[in-house]
Amino acid sequence: MNAQTEPRFVRIALITIALAFFGVFVLLPLFCVFFHAFSKGWVYYVQTLRHPDALAAMRMTVTTALVAVPLNLVFGVAASWAIVKFDFKGKNLLLSLIDLPLSVSPVISGLVFILLFGAQGYFGPWLVAHNIQIVFAPPGIILATIFVTFPMVARELIPIMRSQGSEEEEAALTLGASGWETFWRVTIPNIRWGILYGIILCNARAMGEFGAVSVVSGHIRGLTNTLPLHVEILYNEYQFTAAFAAASVLALLAIVTLIAKTTVEMAIKRGR
Amino acid sequence: MSKRFVERSILPGFSLSLGFTVFYLSLIVLIPLSMLFFKTASMSWGGFWEVVTSARTLAAYRLSFGTALVSAGINAVFGLLIAWVLVRYSFPGKKIVDALVDFPLALPTAVAGIALTELYAPNGWLGRYLALAGIKGAFSPVGITIALTFIGLPFVVRTVEPVLEDLDPQLEEAAASLGANRWQTIRKVIFPVIFPALLAGFTLAFARGIGEYGSVIFIAGNMPMKTEIAPLLIMTKLEQYDYAGATAIAVGMLLISFFLLASANFLQWLSSRKLGKA
Amino acid sequence: MRSVRSYGFITALFAVLTLVTPVLAAPKVTLLNVSYDPTRELYQAFNKAFAAHWLGTAGAEVEINQSHGGSGKQGRAVIDGLQADVVTLALAYDIDAIAEKTDLLPRNWQSRLPSNSTPYTSTIVFLVRKGNPKGIKDWDDLVKPGVVVITPNPKTSGGARWNYLAAWAYALKHNNNDEAKGREFLAALFKNVPVLDTGARGSTTTFVERGIGDVLLAWENEAYLVVNQLGKGDYEIVTPSLSILAEPPVSLVDRNADRHGTRAVAEAYLKYLYTEEGQEIAAKNYYRPRLEAVAAKYAGQFAKLDLVTIDDPLFGGWQKAQKKHFADKGVFDQIYQVNP
Repeated sequence: MNAQTEPRFVRIALITIALAFFGVFVLLPLFCVFFHAFSKGWVYYVQTLRHPDALAAMRMTVTTALVAVPLNLVFGVAASWAIVKFDFKGKNLLLSLIDLPLSVSPVISGLVFILLFGAQGYFGPWLVAHNIQIVFAPPGIILATIFVTFPMVARELIPIMRSQGSEEEEAALTLGASGWETFWRVTIPNIRWGILYGIILCNARAMGEFGAVSVVSGHIRGLTNTLPLHVEILYNEYQFTAAFAAASVLALLAIVTLIAKTTVEMAIKRGR
Repeated sequence: MSKRFVERSILPGFSLSLGFTVFYLSLIVLIPLSMLFFKTASMSWGGFWEVVTSARTLAAYRLSFGTALVSAGINAVFGLLIAWVLVRYSFPGKKIVDALVDFPLALPTAVAGIALTELYAPNGWLGRYLALAGIKGAFSPVGITIALTFIGLPFVVRTVEPVLEDLDPQLEEAAASLGANRWQTIRKVIFPVIFPALLAGFTLAFARGIGEYGSVIFIAGNMPMKTEIAPLLIMTKLEQYDYAGATAIAVGMLLISFFLLASANFLQWLSSRKLGKA
Repeated sequence: MRSVRSYGFITALFAVLTLVTPVLAAPKVTLLNVSYDPTRELYQAFNKAFAAHWLGTAGAEVEINQSHGGSGKQGRAVIDGLQADVVTLALAYDIDAIAEKTDLLPRNWQSRLPSNSTPYTSTIVFLVRKGNPKGIKDWDDLVKPGVVVITPNPKTSGGARWNYLAAWAYALKHNNNDEAKGREFLAALFKNVPVLDTGARGSTTTFVERGIGDVLLAWENEAYLVVNQLGKGDYEIVTPSLSILAEPPVSLVDRNADRHGTRAVAEAYLKYLYTEEGQEIAAKNYYRPRLEAVAAKYAGQFAKLDLVTIDDPLFGGWQKAQKKHFADKGVFDQIYQVNP
């Protein structure tokens, strides 16, 4: 018996348990979504998705993710660099504050922006006077999404950076590389999987966020609906099949990003 | 001050990275969240205390934190197992499983709630078998736990996976050549390395579960004192235009979860420090 | 210091974001109608008719955007700045709240349009499964042990409040206005409720799709929608001996309309609800019309029953009813304290 892997029966048992759990908790709901989405056939499926309201919702969702993900990526890299590479006072406090948006109920994440930018809010009167609409308009939706997905990238990067330590960077610096060079040539290649996972997680969550966005959106058909809100609207109109069709788009989006990830991964391995 | 704010390091970029981190954090998180405290401050201390310690609020807190804890525990065990299987073993369909791990995140929570209710309702595909076994799936704390397990799974898998992938095979070889058996290697060598990430994943799943609304309201049943989660209580306060009461419950939740997050981070820090010294 | 700096930053960020969003530059006149959940089908049809009418009379194109959600949530959104030109909500209480917390519309809004500003009404009826296996005929059948009742949560749903108040009215009328008996009745009723969804449409889904419950308390128009569209032949409507006259009100949101320059078209929009065409559309969507002629035409569609109004001394108007029954520690909360 080899001490670096498990006996065959243990491996099979572990795989079986993992797959069973995965099947019940992930595959079955996924199947359920697609099962309902196609229960009225392809034609109906395509028809629902080409509805102007559905297209508008998709645009809104993509725009939101395009703004939110890059911002949180830059933040995630900066925050993990500061936290992992240096020892400073209040580091644990900072870490906990970064996690905070995750534990804030989505309802509250939306509400705080209403309290800030709503007509009765802190900046409300000024915004109204200058005719600037933040909540119940796209900026509010984007803000709420940034808030909700705030820690996603940082959370991915911190453990991976930590497990790698700083020796390589220190070596590069001692050999005369500049700070930025070290960062781009040593750190980034080392954490690229973390970055990729982070982007994927952050993007998925940004596109799928429902609770917080629902509070700040105003639910105006064709104008301030994201795809998840569109799903809710259809569901509440008893158009169950259409609702699941829209939901399946989000599921497909996730699957496509993940296939892209796998392809990149394989290309890199082949290049080596 | 005898001790410096930051330990000397040869690495550059401390002020830039920390400066940006703090700036962005304040802008996106701290300033908006401070509004909660401002709004709550419009209540008297007694009023605040009455709201957060009323029997109904306490029951909701208990339910939200309890189900989140149980589901995070389930996810820690099975999420670790899934990550392990994905990184270490090969089996047919592995790439597909790997790709689908993020599915619960990508699915809008409302859809998740609807799909899960559909599955676990007494007339659902799985609910009918649970019903035969005398277990009420949907519309009970079991249903809430199921929803939160679904929501939280990717957090554990995705935080543990990269660390497992990066694990230096030499460590295991060394352990093996020193005569450790497989179980000892896993327990003494591998587990300590992945523990911080596992804890992080557990904490994330737990924290996310506490506040979850969209997926839970469909499956919870929403009965006062029994299956009424804390975020729903916030919604009912808002419905009465009682912003102060709503923010008071939110602040209560926030303080408890902040305390939990802080302790988890502290534990993680402790364990990674121990690892660094070893 | 930080807050001042970031304030500038936020402003700049949003100035940019607002500029790049194409949404705000609409070519024709647009109205935003902020409404509650079950009116989707009604306003889909009505908006089409009104757009044609406005094009014919005023010669201008008008596009009406719709926002739907729980009545209270929608009212709150308008208070917090959702740019509604008109509101069409489930309860006068929610429009009162807008008038009370903001100066968007005057406090006497309800007296500005005929019939208390409610162009159509509805009531609460029972929806039962085919053949009515539990033999449910009236409110007192709902408190019998073993009958499973589905209703949304009165704390979060406007429709659920009408349901609750209708039950209260029945209990008091049959117990010589004895409030203690009324409480007992409601406690027994809610003991039979296994799920409290947050909205009326959620309850319908629980009843229809999940197959839970023997009877659904529903808006009359929702009940018809289920019977005619969702499950043809699987459900029956039972009209109780007494119910409540649900009056969903409409109003112009003056300040928003003035700022958008849409007052004229918004007022015409609401008035059109009272015309024969508007009433006809309401009736076709199973709302009870106010106009005699239309009411007579559709008389066969709506069962006759005793209807109490919210202004009945039993309730004394929405403000009182809300405070007594649905506020914190109100009667509804007490039911759940004694009946955990």
